[in-house]
Amino acid sequence: MSAAAVLDRPAVEPHQDPALAGRDDVRPTGRRLGPGRRHRLAWLLGPGVLLALWTVSSATGLLDPRVLSEPWTVVATAGELLADGRLQENLAISAQRAGLGLFFGIVVGALLALFSGLSRVGEALIDGPVQIKRAIPGLALIPLLILWFGIDETMKVLTITLGVFVPIYLQTHAGLRGIDLRYVELAQTVGLSRAAFIRKVVLPGALPGFFLGLRFAVTGAWVSLVVVEQINATSGIGYMMELARTYGQTNIIVLGLAVYGILGLISDGAVRFLERKALTWQRTLAG
Amino acid sequence: MATHPGGLTAVAPFRTAPSSAVSVRDLIRSFGPKGVLNGVDLDIAPGEFVALLGPSGCGKSTLLRALAGLDHDVRGSGVISVPERVSVVFQDSRLLPWDTVLGNVTLGLREHDAETRARKALAEVGLAGREKSWPHELSGGEQQRVALARSLVREPQLLLADEPFGALDALTRIKMHGLLRDLVAAHRPAVLLVTHDVDEAIALADRIVVLDSGRVATVRTVAPEIGGSAAGTPTDAAGHEALRRELLNDLGVEPAASR
Ligand SMILES: Nc1ncnc2c1ncn2[C@@H]1O[C@H](COP(=O)(O)OP(=O)(O)OP(=O)(O)O)[C@@H](O)[C@H]1O
Ligand SMILES: [Mg+2]
Repeated sequence: MSAAAVLDRPAVEPHQDPALAGRDDVRPTGRRLGPGRRHRLAWLLGPGVLLALWTVSSATGLLDPRVLSEPWTVVATAGELLADGRLQENLAISAQRAGLGLFFGIVVGALLALFSGLSRVGEALIDGPVQIKRAIPGLALIPLLILWFGIDETMKVLTITLGVFVPIYLQTHAGLRGIDLRYVELAQTVGLSRAAFIRKVVLPGALPGFFLGLRFAVTGAWVSLVVVEQINATSGIGYMMELARTYGQTNIIVLGLAVYGILGLISDGAVRFLERKALTWQRTLAG
Repeated sequence: MATHPGGLTAVAPFRTAPSSAVSVRDLIRSFGPKGVLNGVDLDIAPGEFVALLGPSGCGKSTLLRALAGLDHDVRGSGVISVPERVSVVFQDSRLLPWDTVLGNVTLGLREHDAETRARKALAEVGLAGREKSWPHELSGGEQQRVALARSLVREPQLLLADEPFGALDALTRIKMHGLLRDLVAAHRPAVLLVTHDVDEAIALADRIVVLDSGRVATVRTVAPEIGGSAAGTPTDAAGHEALRRELLNDLGVEPAASR
């Protein structure tokens, strides 16, 4: 090990300090293995690069507009559809379906996880069926759901709910089961009631798992939404895209994709925001 | 009150004479075929500070956990009587990471003035102003002080502590001894302190119980001029050294020792 120079100056990384640049006896003290401090808008970089690539290849004619519409055409299409109200209308319907499905899925998944995690009877009753449900691709149930409920909203919301509750259940259950037994002992020694035990130890302890499940669930909700709207619907973003396909309107299809993408990004960002607010006590690599 | 599923342990609350806070009779505990506690008898008077010494693996924690009612699935028998209000301090501070310092101290308190009392307890351990901190923002010693505040805010009649300072550095440990002595003097619980540190036992306890082969091997009283929970600086250095040797001898540490 070479001796590191000790300097009476503010602590900056040596490679940022011009006075120290090029000196090989000076090394940063304690190189960190974590990714460093987070930047607020850093997540925009990846999508931004994709958008730039798309724009450049369209503008240079590298990308045939019949294959993929130009970004500006998509923006113009969005303007038209917004002006005649079709976009808002379909978006509202889609958002409502996803929102309802997500809501019911979260409630059902979390309740089942609590019941199954806190009682042996609950575990024996619930865990097996959920594992079986997990093994069946959610979309494989659609034919049966259509037979049972027709093609109205119930079927669509139910399909989304069925896709959402599984990750919520699995992750919340895992989080709950992973709560350190030492905290359970502590709860006993301070004389917590069962209700207080659930409120003070079980729920906060399972929260990281729940949020992990929520992120899967939100993504899953959009996926299920696309499928139900493209198979059997007379409204919604998926229907709008399906209709555009029959007329060969690439621009509307791409607009639909962009809308799904933006919705997905926004919802994931919202979940992450909630997660950071709710889990401020956690010290993790993500920071 | 500790109840033990399976009825393996008869628990007789409040049957003991008021002169004793803890009474343990013929306590037997075993994991698998191996007996860990083979008939332990122990009495602790109200306000008395007892230290429990013994070689590693001799069953100190097992005894303490039995008194705390934490040995649900352990086989055994015997009669245990403990007061109504028992607090436990563990080797790790065992603070809930998702709750603030204040939330950790008030955990399980039902009184309407819980928060006021918790603030007072935190001030007592020198952590006033840290109420809103998260446990991970505190040093190890500070975390253990929060654990002390959490156990004392309940005004326990019995304080059980299993190597509470075992994870701290020597300097912090000495400071914690002073703090614990002050707190015990102010709140007067009976204390059972499990430790592997002979000096710690002499510095704090009125009586030192050495556990060996699952039984109480020796019981030694600590005279006030040697150490113990009473205030004042010990004056009898020779007596201190003699007691220290005796205890090390009890623990089988000195090779030349003979019984
Ligand atoms: N849950 C358990 N399952 C099986 N064996 C156990 C369990 N807990 C303790 N033991 C055994 O019981 C014996 C006594 O353990 P205990 O934890 O009471 O020792 P100790 O005196 O506290 O030791 P130390 O000073 O190292 O903490 C040990 O041999 C240990 O292996
Ligand atoms: Mg132990």
